[in-house]
Order: sequence, then structure tokens, then C-alpha cells
Amino acid sequence: MQGAFAEHVRALEAVGAKTRLVKTEGDLEALDGIVLPGGESTTMTMLMERVGLLEPLRNAIAGGLPTLATCAGMIVLAREVTDGMEDQRGMGLLDISVRRNGYGRQVDSFEASLHLAGLNGKTFPGVFIRSPLVESTGTTEVVATHDGRAVAVRQGQILALCFHPELTNDRRLHQEFVRMASSE
Amino acid sequence: MAERNGSRNGNRAVKGSFKVKAGLAQMLKGGVIMDVVTPEHARIAQDAGACAVMALERVPADIRKEGGVARMSDPTLVRSIMESVTIPVMAKCRIGHFVEAQILEALGIDYIDESEVLTPADEENHIDKHPFKVPFVCGCRDLGEALRRISEGAAMIRTKGEAGTGNVVEAVRHARAVNAGIRKLHGMNHAELVHEAKQIGAPVELLAECQRLGRLPVVNFAAGGIATPADAALMMQLGVDGVFVGSGIFKSEDPLKRAKAIVAATTYFDKPEVLAEVSAGLGKAMPGLEIPAIPKDELLAARGW
Repeated sequence: MQGAFAEHVRALEAVGAKTRLVKTEGDLEALDGIVLPGGESTTMTMLMERVGLLEPLRNAIAGGLPTLATCAGMIVLAREVTDGMEDQRGMGLLDISVRRNGYGRQVDSFEASLHLAGLNGKTFPGVFIRSPLVESTGTTEVVATHDGRAVAVRQGQILALCFHPELTNDRRLHQEFVRMASSE
Repeated sequence: MAERNGSRNGNRAVKGSFKVKAGLAQMLKGGVIMDVVTPEHARIAQDAGACAVMALERVPADIRKEGGVARMSDPTLVRSIMESVTIPVMAKCRIGHFVEAQILEALGIDYIDESEVLTPADEENHIDKHPFKVPFVCGCRDLGEALRRISEGAAMIRTKGEAGTGNVVEAVRHARAVNAGIRKLHGMNHAELVHEAKQIGAPVELLAECQRLGRLPVVNFAAGGIATPADAALMMQLGVDGVFVGSGIFKSEDPLKRAKAIVAATTYFDKPEVLAEVSAGLGKAMPGLEIPAIPKDELLAARGW
């Protein structure tokens, strides 16, 4: 659709996965997992609605398709979105409430080291770009926090991140996603 | 102003690093950035699926028509556009006018375009963009110009084209020139890279990085003269990461419809059947200008060095 998909492709191929760009309903066929990349959530949602991809994608993810969502991808999945466009709603598949650009505008974009649950204690480089702010995490499992706010959550087969592992050379989260997708 | 590699605040977070500056451009990829002159335009652009808007007082076609010195937009206008949309907002400053850039940064703008569309404020130097926390996009006509801008700190590049003409020919020329410049590096050894760097006036380290990556080290959009969905798809097929559309949308008969069509064409650039569908019934495009009909000293692309 729109966003940083090429960076995810490179990261996934580096950890041995095969990839395909999903632009239409037909592209969803026989996937083991899907990445919802960073970009502009308004643009992505609108394009998916226009070409009839939104519903089939929602059904696939609701049906247990392993999903890695970064930044805008997290917003697209969320139960509740604040400060978005007037009629902007998430897919309602991830039980979190997010505030768009909740950390501020671009001049407030930042990098910070994160401690992720289950990643052998070593920190992960967090790159936050006009990131959404997770305001409540509902029933999801919090995987990492920054300044007391959740920045990575997991719910069933969905792993959702406020930050951008695809912009770093640290492939551990992509490896984890490939493991999720191949254990189905 | 921030230190060269971003500033550190209390909670171990680093703001304004080159990674987050170039990173925002990476999030814009595959998208359309639209010129808007009012909050209403900005909302139309957002509703159509623009991934960002460029806030300015006059679109390039009007700057070209009216003449005179073109400067940074009034902060009141920039602010009102920032308040009206949730997508990133960019604004233009004059080439070399680092104070206009400081003002735009103070306004909290998301990206600054140091643009040849405005009247240059310095005929030798571009802005030193490294000290700023806000990222910059700059225009180029070829690889050397692109790499000079990156070495000054640009976190995103756009090919210049010829703004305000509705004529895509210069955008094609510049995108092809960048591609050719990169293709030429293939197989060069270090000594040859040093020679090439001297020829095109580019830092050899950046040239080596282009050789390794097979592309520019930052995101590269096309700009200047894109007026139809087919124009946008043409530029995407020539390998750019996304497109700027200036006068092409709001100088056309049905801006919302055309804007939506150009957004769809930028995503589905390699699907002619989708392009055929979205190109149909858009009403009149903006009236175009033949490049040879423009007096040489009024060509915008020649500004910047």
C-alpha cells in the first residue's frame, strides 16, 4: 500500500523468509504471516477500503494470521484511535487504545533503548517516528515500555510495536515474527 | 538548536538524530505529498489519501504567473494548516535562508523543503542542515547535486522537475539522470570512484554508499510537473519512492477526484488496469506549459547548485 514496506522486506529476507507485497485481496492467499508497516494510517486505511482489501484482511487477521504491526500498522489494528481523522477507526482487532502522534510532531521523534520481555536481557534499539502513544492496553500482554507507557504489545498472533525495528540492523523481532508465522 | 547528532533529554531518549529524520521520509514512501494553500485544501488532500501536505501561500503555477520574490509562507497560514490535518505538514524555505528554516522549526513543522520554487536567498550556499532537529528535503537534477545536498544534511531528496508547468518532461529527465549516475558506478574501483566524485562534485564516501546500495542513501521522490495519475505512475516506474504534486491537483477541474486518482496510481503504479480505471473521467487537468516557451531565466530548476 503505502509506507516503509521495502525495509520490512529486507529485514525478513535477511532472516530467511520469503516475502510478497500485498496490494489486493488475491495477494492474501496462502500467507503464513503479514506485516502492517509504518506509514500514514489514514492513507493506508483509505487505500485498503477503496480496493476492498480492508475486510478480507480484517477477516484473515481475526482468523489467526500471524501479524507484525509497526507504528501506523498498530493504529490500523487498534480498538480505539484518538486524535485521528474524524471518522478514523481501527480494525478493532487489538485491545488497545492509541493516540495518533501521541509523542508529538516530527521534531519530537526519538531513539531510545528498550528492554523487551523474552529478548535475553539485551536492549533493543527503539526508533520512534511520529509514534502513536498507547493509552490503555486492555487485555493485551505488554512486551516493552518506555517512560511508563507500553510500546510493544502482544495479543494472540499479533505483535504490535510503536517503534521501527525495520529501520535498524537488529533482526531479533523479525526473527520472532518468522518463528510465530512458521509455527502455525 | 540541537547538537549535530541529535539532542539527548532526561529519559535516555535522543531526538532529532539523522535516523529519525531520514526515517520519517521512509514512512512517506509509496505516497503522494500535495501542495496546499488553505486548511480546506489540506483536508481535501488528507481525505484523498495524501501521506503529507506542503503548506504554501501560492502554488508554483501562481508563483510563476505573478513573479516577484517568493518567500516562506506566513506562519499564521502554516499553523492553520498544521491544525487542520493529522498527517505530516511540510513547508518551504528559500535556498540558503537558514533563518526562515529556524522559524519553520520553531513552528514545529514536520519537514522543511529548501526549495528552488522560492527565490534563492544565497547564490552560493545552501543551508547547513545538520544542526536542525527538523528534517529537510532538497531538490536535485542529477546524482552530484543530490549527494551535495545529502552531505549538507538533507534527509530526503526529490528530483526537481520544472514546478508549476504541468509538464512531466523535466521530472523524467532528472529522475533518469540520477538513475544513470548510479548505474555508472557499477563495477568502479575506489580510484575510479574518487575520479567520478571529482567529476560530479560529490563526496566520495556518499558515492561509495550509492554504489553499495545501488540507489541513493535516502528516500527520493519525484516533483515538478506531475499532473495526471499516469505521470505519477511513470515516475514510480522510473524508480522513485513517491511523488510530490504541486499545482497539478488544485489547478485542475475536480481536485478531490484527481487527488484520489493520483494516490491510487502511486500505489498501483505497476497495474495498468487499475491506472486505466482511475484515469477515467477526471475532468480537465491543469493547463500545461511547454518548457521551451519559458524564458531561460525563469526556469526554476536552474536555481540551486
